[in-house]
Amino acid sequence: MDSPAVTGTYQVPSAASLREREPRRGVRWGRLLLIAVALTFLAAFLLLPLMVVFAQALSKGAAAYVAAITDPMAWAAVKLTLLVAAIAVPMNVVFGVAAAWAISKFQFRGKSALITLIDLPFAVSPVIAGLTYILLFGAHGWFGPYLQNHDIRVVFAVPGIVLATIFVTFPFVARELIPVMQAQGKDDEETALSLGAGGWQVFWHVTLPNIRWGLLYGVLLCNARAMGEFGAVSVVSGHIRGLTNTMPLHVEILYNEYSYAAAFAVASLLALLALLTLAGKSFLEWRQPELRHGTRRLHGNTEK
Amino acid sequence: MGNDAAARRSVIPGFGLTLGYTMLYLSLIVLIPLSATFIRSFSGGVGHFVAVVTAPRVLASLRLSFGAALLAAGVNTVFGLVISWVLVRYTFPFKRLIDAMVDLPFALPTAVAGIALTALYAPRGWLGGVLEPLGIHVAFTPLGVVIALIFIGLPFVVRTLQPVLEELDKDVEQAAATLGASEWQTFTRVILPALWPALLTGFALAFARGVGEYGSVIFIAGNMPMKSEIAPLLIITKLEQYDYAGATAIAVVMLVLSFGLMLGINALQSWALNRHRGT
Repeated sequence: MDSPAVTGTYQVPSAASLREREPRRGVRWGRLLLIAVALTFLAAFLLLPLMVVFAQALSKGAAAYVAAITDPMAWAAVKLTLLVAAIAVPMNVVFGVAAAWAISKFQFRGKSALITLIDLPFAVSPVIAGLTYILLFGAHGWFGPYLQNHDIRVVFAVPGIVLATIFVTFPFVARELIPVMQAQGKDDEETALSLGAGGWQVFWHVTLPNIRWGLLYGVLLCNARAMGEFGAVSVVSGHIRGLTNTMPLHVEILYNEYSYAAAFAVASLLALLALLTLAGKSFLEWRQPELRHGTRRLHGNTEK
Repeated sequence: MGNDAAARRSVIPGFGLTLGYTMLYLSLIVLIPLSATFIRSFSGGVGHFVAVVTAPRVLASLRLSFGAALLAAGVNTVFGLVISWVLVRYTFPFKRLIDAMVDLPFALPTAVAGIALTALYAPRGWLGGVLEPLGIHVAFTPLGVVIALIFIGLPFVVRTLQPVLEELDKDVEQAAATLGASEWQTFTRVILPALWPALLTGFALAFARGVGEYGSVIFIAGNMPMKSEIAPLLIITKLEQYDYAGATAIAVVMLVLSFGLMLGINALQSWALNRHRGT
């Protein structure tokens, strides 16, 4: 009694959708193929390099790993990297806030040219960035003789490393803040001002709370690049061990000395920093989804 | 009326301070040092400049830097499109984690990427061990340069395409399908034209980054003059020999070439944008 009814209800839709189901299956295979291609590419180009860092770092055992990252030269490099980031990032934060304030709250001629100039360091090779400071402050540079007479060292010393780092991380905070502040407009500030607040009060109590996630986002990206910069710093550092070696430079020295496990051990600390940065970035994007595509909005808004 | 507008503009304070500081900082950190490079490049005279940049070793390094960057940006444009399409349109396990991982090349210091890629593609590495018996030599060859630049450039393409794909109107695709277009026709006739400007932007960003890239490349390149020596490395080599005029000349050629190419791509992009809007 039951079975013919069952086969009946089964056959009717299957016959009707047979013609539709064929192409759909093709599409599904196409999807799986595309997903497979994408994931294979990402695994080969992103996941494997990341895994190899940790595998190589631990290749000589945990004791060698600990020895490599507690080495005094490694520690000197860690300290210098932290110091450089601690100067370069705040400098670019102050600049980023000032630039975003001027660009988002006021109309003036040449605004889009200014935004292009702020982005300029992204289009310059880090090596060329380092070179420019050698040409200014090196022994044969414009200010070289003056600096030598006054016994001030810029190139092959910490100030040069800081300057080169500031150059390569120059746009990060500004370019994240500009779209955020443009999207927020100036109504809140105008209201606060009309209620009698002063300029700085408005900035600290109205603007800053509004932009805090965007600011943090910029700081995070700026810091990751500041701590990881290699090319620009390599040109101006002079590679003096324990004095002008940042972590990435220390990795290079160890690697060139064929101490691979030690090089990868220090590199693994930088890889952990990168993973922390990505986690923080994802967290901030979850808090404020607009941050995800800030760069694009920046260019979208300049067209208006 | 004019006064009124001016007053309304000046309600918010700090214009002079913030714009002044922005200009000062921009000049001190970026503009003055960069113009110093241009001025110094001719300090040895025009003849010397030309002699430096037309030397075979310099030309070979420029060809490698620009060629590898073009190739890598091209590969990234194709695979970046597939990756962003998959990330925007399809669902699969660990999608959010994989999406976050795309930014790894932005966050991972280039020197770390460089030694990791070298270890990976070295003759006895995880991938090199597979490729080497097939006769594909990656580490210490120009191909290694391309591989490193693919790593560095990928997020530029994906992050440029993703928002455009997300905002793409699915109604248009459904309309195309209703009118009898196949999936492939819908893709090439409807989706791709809307993506051209973003594809070009992603390509240009990946290319610009690749041309100047140093850290991730030098470990895997092998750095053989005339073969696998990139232009930024040659700048450093000249600097170490105290050949400031030579180093600066190469730097200026790189800057002019990449700014010129960026302008060209920008022009192409606005042409593509207008054409897309026009249709």
